[in-house]
Amino acid sequence: MARRTPAPPAPRRLSKGTMTTPGPTQEKTTAEPDWVSLMRRIQRDRDRGAFSELFEHFAPRIKGFLIKSGADQSMAEECAQDVMTTLWRKADQFDPTRASVATWIFTIARNRRIDMLRREKRPEPEDLPWGPEPEPDQADVLALQQDCALLRKALKTLPAQQRDLIEKAYFGDLTQSQIASITGLPLGTIKSRIRLALDRLRHSMK
Amino acid sequence: MTIKHHLEEDTLLAYAAGNLPEAFNLVVAAHISLCDSCRAVVESYDTLGGALIEDADTAQMHQDSLARTLAQLDETPVDRPAPAVETGVLPRPVRDYLGGDLEAVRWRPIGMGVKQAILSTSNSASARLLLIPAGVAIPDHSHEGREMTLVLQGAFQDADDRFARGDVEVADGSVSHTPVADIGEDCICLAVTDAPLKFKGLLPRIVQKFARI
Repeated sequence: MARRTPAPPAPRRLSKGTMTTPGPTQEKTTAEPDWVSLMRRIQRDRDRGAFSELFEHFAPRIKGFLIKSGADQSMAEECAQDVMTTLWRKADQFDPTRASVATWIFTIARNRRIDMLRREKRPEPEDLPWGPEPEPDQADVLALQQDCALLRKALKTLPAQQRDLIEKAYFGDLTQSQIASITGLPLGTIKSRIRLALDRLRHSMK
Repeated sequence: MTIKHHLEEDTLLAYAAGNLPEAFNLVVAAHISLCDSCRAVVESYDTLGGALIEDADTAQMHQDSLARTLAQLDETPVDRPAPAVETGVLPRPVRDYLGGDLEAVRWRPIGMGVKQAILSTSNSASARLLLIPAGVAIPDHSHEGREMTLVLQGAFQDADDRFARGDVEVADGSVSHTPVADIGEDCICLAVTDAPLKFKGLLPRIVQKFARI
């Protein structure tokens, strides 16, 4: 499908590889409900059933994420509801060729966390000159979902130490220096372990 | 436009993970508005955030949570994608802080023709726009903390490196430098720091106190 503007310069994934056409070997990644088509139903029909399904799956994860980031129960509960309401409100901005539903929800939850814990707004980059396609290319959508599934798999095989640091960086609202003082590890060790983890993830995406 | 000086991976990761002070978030957002390769790296880190949240521990939601949220949806207006804003000299995240492009900047002179405008961010780090007239040098200074300087117009030369629109210079306490704006065009930068700058001469230090740099 032709784009209105030149294709984006690089795939938004950890892999630098070219996009592959989905083959029959990768079908097991579709065992989960198809979050993208649920989003589609919200975009097209404002479908509350689809919203409820997304809510049941993602709201408890968002709440868990916020609690790990230092929110108390009631704050996390309220913010998780807010994040899901934002998903409804901004549904038209979701572009399945650029982000998985989980990725998109993560970015909303992260911004809400910054707002909640620090009372700061988070400057966002300028929008790309091309917005979501009215009919996204299914091959692009699938390729992105498969990459995300691969990344999840790779994340599970990371050594515990490395995964732990990655989680602390994402979930803790902690700088690398703060992680260093909590774990008692030298800053250099933290940096190199995180780098190692990222390299490993990139490698496993090839 | 070819960007030669990019942000470090650490910084891009911290931006995606949401761990940077507001002023640094601003310089990253402004850089990736101009730099497709750093944008792609940040988006890959967003993807990692998504993967982590998928497999994160869950916390049970309140019993009537879904019902309450569904009720809330009735009062939730749907966002229509905003019309594309015309591009200007300043990337959109910077314009958002000023309420406009260059014409909205309220410059204050800080000596030698150099002007600045402080942007209002949280206190943990500060952000300002600097205007260095063509051919002028910023006095020799070093940093206590970290400074990131993103060029938005014109260019400057610092030791062996030249920085033009989209390029970022990252400096820390170990770097003492004297950036000089290119002849030909005034140089406008977004400079972000987590500590005050130290100037070597006496006079600039007094200027510094008044100018809050």
